[in-house]
Amino acid sequence: MLKFVIRRVAQLFPILFGVVTVTFLIMYIIPGDPILSLVGERYDSETIDRIREDLGLNKPIPFQYVDYIVRVVRLDFGRSFVTGRPVIDSIKEYFPRTLILAFSAMLIAVVFGIVIGAVSSLDRFKWLGRALMTFSLVGVSIPVFWLGLLLIYFFAIKLSILPPSGYGNGSLRYLILPAVTLSFASMATVARVSRSSLLDISSEDFVRTARAKGLNEFVVFGKHLFRNALIPVITIVGSDFGSYLGGSVLTESIFGWPGLGRYIVQAILKRDFPVIQGAVLFMAVLFMVVNLLVDVSYGFIDPRVRVVEKEE
Amino acid sequence: MSELKRYYRKFSRNHIAFVGLVVLTLIVMGGLLADIIAPVDKGGIDLDHSLEAPSLRHPFGTDSFGRDLFSRVIHGSRVSLTVGFVARTISLFIGLIMGVISGFYGGKVDSVIMRLADITFAFPTLLLLIAIMAVVAPGIPTLFTVLGVVGWAAIARLVRAQVMVVRKRQYVQAAESSGVGIFSLMIRHILPQCMSPIIVVYTMGLGMTIMAESSLSFLGLGVQPPSPSWGRMISDGIVFMRSAWWLTIFPGIILSLTVCSLNLVGDGFRDMFDPRYVFKKEKD
Repeated sequence: MLKFVIRRVAQLFPILFGVVTVTFLIMYIIPGDPILSLVGERYDSETIDRIREDLGLNKPIPFQYVDYIVRVVRLDFGRSFVTGRPVIDSIKEYFPRTLILAFSAMLIAVVFGIVIGAVSSLDRFKWLGRALMTFSLVGVSIPVFWLGLLLIYFFAIKLSILPPSGYGNGSLRYLILPAVTLSFASMATVARVSRSSLLDISSEDFVRTARAKGLNEFVVFGKHLFRNALIPVITIVGSDFGSYLGGSVLTESIFGWPGLGRYIVQAILKRDFPVIQGAVLFMAVLFMVVNLLVDVSYGFIDPRVRVVEKEE
Repeated sequence: MSELKRYYRKFSRNHIAFVGLVVLTLIVMGGLLADIIAPVDKGGIDLDHSLEAPSLRHPFGTDSFGRDLFSRVIHGSRVSLTVGFVARTISLFIGLIMGVISGFYGGKVDSVIMRLADITFAFPTLLLLIAIMAVVAPGIPTLFTVLGVVGWAAIARLVRAQVMVVRKRQYVQAAESSGVGIFSLMIRHILPQCMSPIIVVYTMGLGMTIMAESSLSFLGLGVQPPSPSWGRMISDGIVFMRSAWWLTIFPGIILSLTVCSLNLVGDGFRDMFDPRYVFKKEKD
């Protein structure tokens, strides 16, 4: 097991290196001079040269690249062009709020998704199962930003039972709408996957045996069906984590949720490149780590994964 | 021809996918015939009639400039569909070339290409798009390129896997050993066998690409005004949400319908190409 984990972590490094390189290169596809777009053209060339030197942009690109990697390893993402604050400090401040939002959304998606999936997998609700397959396709087709606005319109403007936006110092009332918005697409997928995986497993021999020996239906469901059906759900939730991060950019800016996503959007509006670069790199690395954890947890749950991995 | 007919029969038996195809056709027609259908000229600014509620004359109401929203939404479909198709086709070309090279040559070339794909997958897609679009000059041509390039990896992986399977088949090996060149081996023997999964992935990705375009346009990073785009219309409507709900609601409905119908059609294609599907349906 330890070997499996080590191998997985080792596989991560070349990709990590690639991700850092890509975020570095993104800064170099900026048409024109980033300094000019930062300070405008009203400054004299001396000031511009000084700023360039401060930011290390006067060196040849390969040197800048090495500098960049060294800084990233030290978790130094540079300073904001606008406020001069180190990007890492802002990330530390905003990220926990994004995490709260993402986890609440994930919780909603998993709980409701599995319940809907389980109910519709039962024979007696066959029509519901079919409706669900359609619903889950509709669910992933609704743009997250539009869904958010729709919820604001109904629950905040028309019914005024929930606040339309803001953070409310962490009050739960403010969390509900953005979390539901962010969870929606994933909930649809979880429902679909858990339904089909429950259906697949319920025709397996060990489930039939459990039923045949007269076990209570609750025990069969809880002990035999459910645990096994959970495996694909974990994968889905893990791979959806990227869409939570991407979706948080849209959701947070609609709901005025002061997390990392809204921070990125504000940085885009101000063309604050170090912030965009740092925050995106941070989220990409986070996404990779989550995927790694999913892979590893897979190995824990299902020993076969480890073996197959070895044979490759 | 008879094979096409068989496919068509199988596809149309899947009612939900068929509904998706009908809706999609309507939307595509709307985009193609926008200049004829759109009741009022799209640039028709008419400040005397700004923010009018939906009526017979303006089925979707009018925006803050008094422009007919229905016409703008129809013209928006042309923009979104074009961006989707062009970007997806760029992805398809890059993915095909990379996937074929990777699957055919294997070894070092393969592992380099697949690591590149891994790197692309390591980013949450929307974030990567946002990061790139934030630094380049936004606009439709940039969107084509960026959405197209970012979408290559999924197709490349699929094509690679298909090529590796098909390559081992006897007829391909026979062709190879009888001295058929690599190029015609690809075009005539290998690619036709990979068509069906490629069509499915292409269609499914189309919906996602249009969704990504709208998300970027919503953030102001995609299609730039005066070109009409659904994402932009929705974000422009936010300010007026209390008084003029139609500005955000209608473009969103059409956008969701488009993405949804593309997903349904993609799903239908998958079932259509899946020989086991008939049995699966009976079991259900």
